[in-house]
Amino acid sequence: MELLLQSFFNLDILKQAWPFLLSGFWMTVKLTLVVVPLGLAGGLAVALLSTARSRAVRWALIVYVDFFRAFPPLVLLMFIAFGVPFLGIDLGAFTAVALSFLLNTSSYYGEIFRAGIESIPRGQYEAARSTGLSAVQTLGYVVVPQAVRNVVPDLISNTLEVIKLTSIASVVALPELLFAAREAQSVTYNATPIIAAGIIYLVCLWPLVRLLSRFEHQQIALH
Amino acid sequence: MTGLERLADTFFNVPVMVQYLPKIVEGFFVTIELALAVVAAGITAGLVLAVVRAFRLRPVNFFIVLVVDVLRALPPLVIIIVFYFALPTIGIRMSAWVATWLALALVLAAFAEEIFWAGILAVPKGQWEAARSTGLTFLQTLTDVVLPQAVRLTIPPLTNRTIAITKGTALGAVVAVGEILYQAQSAYSFSYNPSPLLLGAVAYLILFVPVVYFGRWIETRFAWKR
Repeated sequence: MELLLQSFFNLDILKQAWPFLLSGFWMTVKLTLVVVPLGLAGGLAVALLSTARSRAVRWALIVYVDFFRAFPPLVLLMFIAFGVPFLGIDLGAFTAVALSFLLNTSSYYGEIFRAGIESIPRGQYEAARSTGLSAVQTLGYVVVPQAVRNVVPDLISNTLEVIKLTSIASVVALPELLFAAREAQSVTYNATPIIAAGIIYLVCLWPLVRLLSRFEHQQIALH
Repeated sequence: MTGLERLADTFFNVPVMVQYLPKIVEGFFVTIELALAVVAAGITAGLVLAVVRAFRLRPVNFFIVLVVDVLRALPPLVIIIVFYFALPTIGIRMSAWVATWLALALVLAAFAEEIFWAGILAVPKGQWEAARSTGLTFLQTLTDVVLPQAVRLTIPPLTNRTIAITKGTALGAVVAVGEILYQAQSAYSFSYNPSPLLLGAVAYLILFVPVVYFGRWIETRFAWKR
């Protein structure tokens, strides 16, 4: 017990590590605020483009989505972070993370939005078009709002995964929460910072997990 | 050298690729082995937990929900790092392979438990009552009547979740499990040439594109009736 307190819940160490952890936490928040909206926008774009009439466009998007869904995000991140500089482009860790997340998450969000759009009955389009709305207006005012409402639980679930995934940015030395915790551990020779980082993730993400659990049970009640 | 030649020399450097191909192939099999071990352990544990939960013992269920929530809220990489770098400081030591396997299997078990439990709840109450009234015991009802129906409902969401988590085997590279990404990354740092990374990326595509297609097929085959 003494050992456990010393190694995992050491207050002195925590006091030392706290400024690191705090700056790491803010970096994680910043990263989340960049990659989630980017992924949502990219995903919506993918979904809307896959309603295009052109067969070539639809096929290209299916290939795009499947390609990035088959790629482990960490592999994509490393490829971009370590491979792209060889093209003479210095991205920097943050941009490399943002770019790889955009490619990865837009394909997941895209699939979710596409399912939402497909859940809207054909008649909705026809009714909207017959009232004189243009195709774009129909999508913007009629289809997308209903489609999004239908897939809110999936969007939240994916967003939770994306926030958790920001921890892989530590691998390319972006100083987010996990990176800060590992740095603090190697300086202090004590695991408290890592445990503290875990607790910070837990405290921030638990409400989201509970919310999702509630959604999941509601969805089942409908079946 | 023209620009194109330089590009080819950088990303498609044949001598480098030939040199490190055996390592990548070795990593390929480690990834498969790790992924299969994660899937087997994770889904089994998830099913067991969901069955235990069906007994509706309050303290037990409270504990299950707590553990599942924690495993769903923590990033898998954090769990791997806790297992590999933090647990040794209190005297619990495990190899990098075991740390990665255990972390991913626990995460999969948590998601699988939620999905199986959702499936069990989705089976109408009348099924339970009818089965029990024919004289089946609680356990018989669960295994012979409810679970076969529940599992069918859970196949599409479970497949997707399982695929997502098996891709997490790449996280093992962080603690030096010799899977594809680790091999590609160390080959890259030895040769200072990104061709091995490209080779690694191709290896992942060979492995996971069929899996993603299998997932799509499962989704249409067992689509939830709405």
